[in-house]
Amino acid sequence: MRNLWIFISRYNAFFLFIIFFIIGIYLTVKNNAYQRSVTLNSSNEIVGTAYERLNVFKRYLNLGMVNDSLAAENARLKTHLLNLTTVDTAKDVKVIDTVTNQQYTYLAAKVIKNSITLRNNVMTINKGSLDGIKSGMAVIAPQRGVVGLVRDVSEHLATIQSLLHKDTRISVMLKKNTALGSLVWGDSNFDIKKALIKEVPNHIKMVVGDSVVTSGFGSFPKGILVGRITKPNVPTNDNFLSGELNLFTDFSTLQYVYVIKDKRAEEQKALESLIKPNE
Amino acid sequence: MNSRIIIVNIIRWVLLLFVQIFLLKNMGFYDLSTPFVYVLFLLLLPFGIPNILLYTLAFATGLTLDAFYDTMGVHATACVVLAFVRISFISISLNRDAIDDPEPSLSYMGFQWFSLYAFLCVLAHHLVLFFLETFRLTEIGYTLMRCGLSCIFTLLIILLVEFIFYKRTSR
Repeated sequence: MRNLWIFISRYNAFFLFIIFFIIGIYLTVKNNAYQRSVTLNSSNEIVGTAYERLNVFKRYLNLGMVNDSLAAENARLKTHLLNLTTVDTAKDVKVIDTVTNQQYTYLAAKVIKNSITLRNNVMTINKGSLDGIKSGMAVIAPQRGVVGLVRDVSEHLATIQSLLHKDTRISVMLKKNTALGSLVWGDSNFDIKKALIKEVPNHIKMVVGDSVVTSGFGSFPKGILVGRITKPNVPTNDNFLSGELNLFTDFSTLQYVYVIKDKRAEEQKALESLIKPNE
Repeated sequence: MNSRIIIVNIIRWVLLLFVQIFLLKNMGFYDLSTPFVYVLFLLLLPFGIPNILLYTLAFATGLTLDAFYDTMGVHATACVVLAFVRISFISISLNRDAIDDPEPSLSYMGFQWFSLYAFLCVLAHHLVLFFLETFRLTEIGYTLMRCGLSCIFTLLIILLVEFIFYKRTSR
């Protein structure tokens, strides 16, 4: 005991240093928010790392159980998915436009039946009168190109008289000079990529590559791209020119279409019905 | 004689802390170099001072500084380290029994010994101070740079002060 005391007093400088140093560090850590937070954080980090290591081993032990539960969940989700794909969630795309008093709204619909090989082709979409679809509405393809006109409507479904139909005539024009014509299909050949623009006035010069757009005189809004002229100025036996064009619409891969609702269609029809023919 | 030493040291303490707190605290080059001249008080304490008194004084001085710098304990710890370096250096470089000078100042000990003594003490003090302030090793390069530059600044001022109050003694 005495020796210890001698030892301590001999090296008192060192022991006193240790004591005072510890007090100083203690004060620093205790009274300074930053230093305290660093100390706590690093000790938390050490503890956290240790727990993490332990957890790796624990996870291994539970692997079989986790696998089973995951497989069960997968099965459940797949069942859900199967049910979900048949439900359609697409709704009306409405833009509230108070400036220009928006006339047209688009409604996305899925094609559930389509034919391209017949003389008169009709497709079916999964939207009907409950979604506001009426007979005579215009239908266009998602990227560009026209599809046809709505023909009959049930509650949930509607049939579309495709452009590939002998009764379908769509009012179109040449984009460069707004010369009117009408778009028909199946007059000379039954290629689903080709259609004819007919009844173009004689003085109009068509060139290969001219864009053909809708004129806006029917259910279709003005300016929807239809196709490009490939064979211009085919003379016909009447007083008009006709031309062959490549359609932008690819009817063979059509999955979704847009139905265009014209807010003023009925108003226009009512107004125009006042004019009697041969008046 | 004894009371004179005490009075001189008290005056020195008050003066150095005053200068440190009200003048040097506001000085610094781009937060890189900050002088801590108050350690001169600890350097100039007489040789015969008991260790426990030296540590207590160092700790108290550090705490006073901390109160003004708002860094509770940082300066106190650094001062304690300085005291330890001082005791070690003196006991290694000087024969304890043969010391007849009253205090380890430039006038008594000569430039060579005093500058080395001051350098080691200030370096130890600054190292502890800046590392406690930063409290992490990620910015070690920046901390070391601050430490070194501050060290140079402090030493310059300490030597300047010592040369101003240089007394030619009969050695």
